[in-house]
Amino acid sequence: MSTKRKIFRWAVRIGMGLATGITAALTLFLVGYVLIKGFPNISWELLSTSPSYISERIGILPDILNTVYIVIATLIIVIPLGVGAAIYLTEYAASKKLVGIIEYAAEALSGIPSIIYGLVGMLIFSNNMGTSLLAGALTLVIMNLPTIMRNTQESLKTVPQSYREGAFGLGAGKWRVIRTVVLPGCLDGVITGCILSVGRILGESAALLYTAGFAHVAYGFFDGLTQSGSTLTVALYVYAKERGEFGVAFAIASILMVLAFLINLSASMISKHHQRRNAA
Amino acid sequence: MKHKTKSLEHIIHGIFLILGLITVGCVLLISVYLILSGLPAILEVGIADFLFGSSWEPSAAEPEYGILPFILTSIYGTAGAIIIGVPIGFLTAVYLAKMAPKKVKAVIQQAVSMLAGIPSVVYGLVGMIVLVPGIRKLFGIPDGSGLLAAIIVLAIMILPSIIKMSVTALEAVPKEFEDASLALGATPEETYFRVSVPAAKSGIAASVVLGVGRAIGEAMAVMMVAGNVPNMPDSIFQSVRFLTTAVASEMAYSVPGSLHRNALFSIALVLFLFIMLINATLNFFLKGDRTK
Repeated sequence: MSTKRKIFRWAVRIGMGLATGITAALTLFLVGYVLIKGFPNISWELLSTSPSYISERIGILPDILNTVYIVIATLIIVIPLGVGAAIYLTEYAASKKLVGIIEYAAEALSGIPSIIYGLVGMLIFSNNMGTSLLAGALTLVIMNLPTIMRNTQESLKTVPQSYREGAFGLGAGKWRVIRTVVLPGCLDGVITGCILSVGRILGESAALLYTAGFAHVAYGFFDGLTQSGSTLTVALYVYAKERGEFGVAFAIASILMVLAFLINLSASMISKHHQRRNAA
Repeated sequence: MKHKTKSLEHIIHGIFLILGLITVGCVLLISVYLILSGLPAILEVGIADFLFGSSWEPSAAEPEYGILPFILTSIYGTAGAIIIGVPIGFLTAVYLAKMAPKKVKAVIQQAVSMLAGIPSVVYGLVGMIVLVPGIRKLFGIPDGSGLLAAIIVLAIMILPSIIKMSVTALEAVPKEFEDASLALGATPEETYFRVSVPAAKSGIAASVVLGVGRAIGEAMAVMMVAGNVPNMPDSIFQSVRFLTTAVASEMAYSVPGSLHRNALFSIALVLFLFIMLINATLNFFLKGDRTK
């Protein structure tokens, strides 16, 4: 082998090793650093109280509740919309052009940065119904629509055509076929979409800052939806950037990190389960 | 009875049609809102003064609304992130797709998914606490927050998109191509870089474009490390403001209805146009892949 080829071989090997090493080391460092800085700051008091200026106490209970509320509200609205859109695309749409336009629109939606969603959400929702968790949730609905739609669509494609034909052959109408044959088949797609959406909602801050606001008061679900409130991610930003409370910020960051890990784990478990089922 | 079910089917068809068109409706809604709220200020300031004016002083006695510093910062910041992030991401992707042992591949891919799942504010927080003081000490400057810190944070944040998409593209290269090259006596390294990579080039290009889109659209992490002063980006240590952070940082205290607030919407419109351009490029590369 000529020296030139040898040099190429080793340059490439070293380059790949370095790059992969950097990627792995960065992840390890980020995860480790946040967990080590964050865990000691997590206390039961932090998790179970509201912040109080009088006793100079910081609690993130309201932020936890707000996060849960906003996830629930978003999913309740986005699932029917996304699944419906996917069903239209795979079961009804006859015109290829229309399908192309809808899919292009979905792609465009997933490329729009969250700060723009925040701005438009503020104009459309918050200016009409006040800065509130519901306004934030509606903004997140638009953001997560493509995720739910695409995942449902993928799993609808795996429902064998013969199932549909069998049902039609037995005299079922289209709606009945969708309800009894198609919908049950796309359940795992919907679940995958939901998990990915939850991950995105947990990590979202720019879209919520000016739609859901940043109050830290604990409410019940329905009262909470009409009030301004910050999710954990927004609270992290406020505590770190505006208040300089880095202990609290790292505590929240470590919680988010653990949640992100769990979401990744369940997403990959579901896709593995899915692959196995399709292979069988 | 028959007639009734038929009309029911029609109604249901109609409902699904509406649901199907919802994504299109959302895109139109967003575009229309941004254009309607973004145009007035551009027209009032004058399109040339707005886009190419180099000073942004909305609260001065004679307010100035030039967003050239933001545009240049966004472009430099994204370019910097691409220059650092793409080589690392690309080489990692080739290793993962072609050479890594199965176990190593699984572990690193899990790590990459983890990297993708970390919220941007967490990147910002670690950037604030680790990176900014680090830069300050390393270069002996009074404040470490600025363009360089933002570039490094963005480079890390775009890694997962680049790696994931490039790995998918590389794995789709037909094995016959590689076998033929190996059989002709090329080393595995030569095969992967001279045969597989060119065959996957549109997918890899698309991954870079995706990275550009993510970097130019990122707001919160950048806001926490870039210093956020509307300077021209003359040096990499300069405290700067991006298009995204320009919108986010002044929205809270600009008066609704004022020229200042409208100008923020105009910045968002400019950002939106950038993103649409990037989307179109992305589609171009992806289509190129499909038709082949």
